Amino acid sequence: MTQTRTDYRLSQLDQLEAESIHIFREVAAEFEKPVLMFSGGKDSIVMLRLAEKAFFPAKIPFSILQVDTGLDFPEVMETRDRWVSRLGVNLVVASIDDAIKNGIIPDAAKISRNRLQIPTLLNAIEENGFTAAFGGGRRDEEKARAKERVYSHRDEFGQWDPKMQRPELWSLYNGRLHEGEHMRIFPISNWTELDVWDYIGRENIEIPNIYFSHQRRVFTRDGMLMSETPLNPLREGEVVEERTVRFRTCGDITLTGCVESTASTIDEIIDEVAVARKTERGATRGDDRFSEAAMEDRKKEGYF
Amino acid sequence: MGTDTTRDTTHRMDLLRFATAGSVDDGKSTLIGRLLLDSKAIFEDQLEAVEATSQSKGYDYTDLALLTDGLRSEREQGITIDVAYRYFATPNRKFIIADTPGHVQYTRNMVTGASTADLGLVLVDARQGLTEQSRRHAVILSLLRVPHLVLAVNKMDLVDYDQKVYDEIYREFTQFATKLNVPDLEVIPISALSGDNVVNRSENMPWYSGPTLMHHLEHVHVASDRDLIDARFPVQYVIRPKSDEYHDYRGYAGQVAGGVLKPGDEVVVLPSGMTSKISKIDLFDQDIAEAFPPMSVTVHLEDDVDVSRGDMIARVRNAPTPTQDIDAMICWMTTAPLLPRQKLAIKHTTRTGRALVKYIQYRLDVNTLHRDQETKELGVNEIGRVTLRTTVPLLVDPYSKNRTTGSFILIDEATGITVGAGMING
Repeated sequence: MTQTRTDYRLSQLDQLEAESIHIFREVAAEFEKPVLMFSGGKDSIVMLRLAEKAFFPAKIPFSILQVDTGLDFPEVMETRDRWVSRLGVNLVVASIDDAIKNGIIPDAAKISRNRLQIPTLLNAIEENGFTAAFGGGRRDEEKARAKERVYSHRDEFGQWDPKMQRPELWSLYNGRLHEGEHMRIFPISNWTELDVWDYIGRENIEIPNIYFSHQRRVFTRDGMLMSETPLNPLREGEVVEERTVRFRTCGDITLTGCVESTASTIDEIIDEVAVARKTERGATRGDDRFSEAAMEDRKKEGYF
Repeated sequence: MGTDTTRDTTHRMDLLRFATAGSVDDGKSTLIGRLLLDSKAIFEDQLEAVEATSQSKGYDYTDLALLTDGLRSEREQGITIDVAYRYFATPNRKFIIADTPGHVQYTRNMVTGASTADLGLVLVDARQGLTEQSRRHAVILSLLRVPHLVLAVNKMDLVDYDQKVYDEIYREFTQFATKLNVPDLEVIPISALSGDNVVNRSENMPWYSGPTLMHHLEHVHVASDRDLIDARFPVQYVIRPKSDEYHDYRGYAGQVAGGVLKPGDEVVVLPSGMTSKISKIDLFDQDIAEAFPPMSVTVHLEDDVDVSRGDMIARVRNAPTPTQDIDAMICWMTTAPLLPRQKLAIKHTTRTGRALVKYIQYRLDVNTLHRDQETKELGVNEIGRVTLRTTVPLLVDPYSKNRTTGSFILIDEATGITVGAGMING
């Protein structure tokens, strides 16, 4: 047994963990068929860790859902597979390519894969009858997220209506749904980027190695350093060179930029994050740059 | 920044959740923008975006209020329509702000933001003095039992930093507060725009000897606000691994709502009334010696008693009384009014049931504290004292004793929407 505590105080990280675990258990108890949306990024890996802790020594009582864009980093897929096999959870993969092949979504070369994730995800939720989908969104990430509830209601079309959100009081969550609707659940709403890194360090959590400093062949596009890959052909005037970089987020390989960094341990990353001058999405995510309301618009349609 | 110090501080940091109330005109968004900016929670790209917008709109200065405007419709209308959560940290504390709009029609948002707050921050415009709205905000914070209240007298720069203005507001407010439950009050003269007494002590108000706003937020003592005496453990989920390794494992998972639980404690399971002893408490893969709020743990009992979600584990000689008759203050949050004989779903801790509105005792005027006993209904954003009868016994404490076991929500069974927030009297 650990030592008796006399001050009865919990650090803020322990309080955040307790709140998140409470949310995971509440959803598992009240929803018929929850699923955890897994992107392979650090936030969704922290979610897996929290779910593991919430139900230990039982297995996580729900499946994991990943939308395969066909443009994911191979390192991220490897990490995903190791987590899935260690936890013994069921993995459901919804592939954009399959959705196009089966005529579920149009094969529109002009629509970005990022946009195509939305119908693919909504189709997978509907097809599998998932009633609640956990997401790793944090309120510190972005303006629209700052106003989103922990239990975020989606109508039959998977849409979010920011003006019709249910009031959310105390830790009393309302999971009522009608046929065909589902709930998005954000257990780490109150975590900041720094909290996530702190937790990864404290819990010694395995994350994809592209988060750590490495040598990579990159080119500059729209002010971001992009990875050289056959999936993302060079445009005129773009030059590839080798740099020492790391990624701050793990998204679509054609839209996610990296930053120059020599941070090769969690502690070094934490130091870097603590003094960072740009938000992680603003710095390295092409998908959030299209307009000031890019995230708000995608969320209304049913984005993660 | 040294690696060790960074890691150590962030791990040891404690947490303060506070709710802000005030209208756009009181300078609330500017104040929050200032707190975020001065604590370096604002990033370069966010500040650049706001500077560019301010410039394109032809403002003379960078409008910090733009930092906290969330949704497109809000930016278009220049208003805040919903509770927004913001985050910043100083070396010893992390802060979660529930930023609530101050308009008349949004009482429900303020109740929402205040429900989880340790501290309420009410802004008044020094030129206007106390308004109906600032009184209403104080009343709501008091009803929600937010233990610490700060009245920030803003725009002191526009009244020449005059002590008389501050003294008058101070006098009027403390007099009003005697009618409320305000255990801890601080009245701070500030200028959010120029930064006086926000983070740095103002040189313009030598007559003020109290703390700056940031100093107060950093040091206000919140650890003793929890009830560490009366053990309350609402069972949330029963963990049964059904694996060979943990064949006989049966643990009751939940978040401690009050008191301290220890192995060996004699406990009662409600509503059945069966007694047993705590044999073990798990926190993930560790046995722990004590569990206290707000820890999420798994409790094991010595005896094989029947325990399921919605039950409550408490001490044998200190347990809540199961009751189907609820007397509560209710904040009504939807357009269709609350009416006698109405049936609703109720959620209290991890227990759900149905509730019938027996009668409405009175409607509370949150501006004057007058009790209107003639009222036949409660309209949207109104607060009143209501008697309910529930289908299942609830295991309640007075809200004044425990904000977790003393609160509930009401849900419309047809629409599924949360329509009411209740605080149990007693």
